[in-house]
Amino acid sequence: MKWKKKRKPLAKVEEIARGVLAGDRRSIAKAITIIESNAPEAKKLISLIYPHTGKAHVIGLTGPGGSGKSTLIEKMVREYRRRGKTVGIVAIDPTSPFTGGAFLGDRIRMQELSTDEGVFIRSMATRNYAGGIAKATKDAVKILDAAGKDMVIVETVGAGQSEVEIIKVAHTIVVVHAPGLGDEIQAIKAGLMEIADIFVVNKADRENADKAVIDIQAMLQHGDRETAWKTPILKTTAITGDGVPQLVEKIEEHRIFLEKGLGFKRSLGKAEAELVDVIKETVANSIIEELKREGIFEEVLREIVERKIDPASAAQKLLNKKFGKTH
Amino acid sequence: MRGERKIRVLIAKPGLDSHDRGAKVVARALRDAGMEVIYTGLRQTPEQIVETALQEDVDVIGLSILSGAHKALFPRIMELLKEKGLTDIMVFAGGIIPEEDMPELKKLGIKEIFGPGTPTEKIIQFVLENVPKRK
Repeated sequence: MKWKKKRKPLAKVEEIARGVLAGDRRSIAKAITIIESNAPEAKKLISLIYPHTGKAHVIGLTGPGGSGKSTLIEKMVREYRRRGKTVGIVAIDPTSPFTGGAFLGDRIRMQELSTDEGVFIRSMATRNYAGGIAKATKDAVKILDAAGKDMVIVETVGAGQSEVEIIKVAHTIVVVHAPGLGDEIQAIKAGLMEIADIFVVNKADRENADKAVIDIQAMLQHGDRETAWKTPILKTTAITGDGVPQLVEKIEEHRIFLEKGLGFKRSLGKAEAELVDVIKETVANSIIEELKREGIFEEVLREIVERKIDPASAAQKLLNKKFGKTH
Repeated sequence: MRGERKIRVLIAKPGLDSHDRGAKVVARALRDAGMEVIYTGLRQTPEQIVETALQEDVDVIGLSILSGAHKALFPRIMELLKEKGLTDIMVFAGGIIPEEDMPELKKLGIKEIFGPGTPTEKIIQFVLENVPKRK
């Protein structure tokens, strides 16, 4: 049957990179798969597109489940499209640590955008990435950036440290929040408070919306963030679109604010963090592989399990053996 | 360290019926079998389904339909897949589809059609055995 004909071999990475730069949707999709599976050609791909990145404004949108993030993004994208901007979206959902599977349902609220040529949506699971989901997200953002998207939105459920790491890829971090979520303040406390550039109280048509605003205000005043940017708190009702143009306007203000001064400093900070991560990972992996080859890794591992040595001392012992006593 | 290549499946509901219990049960079963399952939600046009499959770079599409419009919608989906060069995606279907329609649908390239009451293990097995090999 003709349908069964053999799968076309994956096009060369150069070809995919060219496609990405031309904004070809199939190439963008394939490129993200390459970096997702950390295929050998991933490094090559990123090196080819990197010179063409840095143009998109990256928005990180996070908040507790049920705060209406996906619906809000759908409305934001419509507003950006009205303004003639193209948009890429990376929606991240957790992988089950037990089965390795994931249910990626963020698109449900955005499906009407899927046939818009100016919009590209990709769902990603957190998986067990080498280098972490944060790195995979950064690379996916680079691909959408290189493909010419004006805005790239990264969506995650805001809970825990790894989400904070993911969202740091963004220039502007929007923390969404809704009245009536039981653990709302807890969810925000978990490190998100400090990194939010804009707070949104969504579902503002609910009666206790103003209380939510006051709660956040109170917490913001306790923060000791020293910056010229005053973190605003906006109210939106994503389902009707109320407040969304104002949010988009505020993001634009923040973009201009970054461009004026802090922008370059932030870019340096981001670049440093990324460089340090890659060096750490590369060095650590090569050392670990060597130790494994030499057989001492397993040996020490067994000693840890048998409680003969603690992990920190064991690591020190291995490194001393490898590099001589340096510490 | 090398990452892994996960099986990515799109579960889609074309057409106008509004019952997605079956689609969700299958989505959940495939997720629990270790796959990454993207769900579109209800009332999808063939264009939306095919465009989603493209953007998400899926290996497999599962179509769920109860409305009886499969003879109109499935050919359109298969045609669009061909148009976009996505013929390497394996497509299966489920829902309320009369037996006499099945041969015609299979001729379009739909690999298998599952009726009501199919055990989820059977669907998982089928997907694992028929997922296209990537290089």
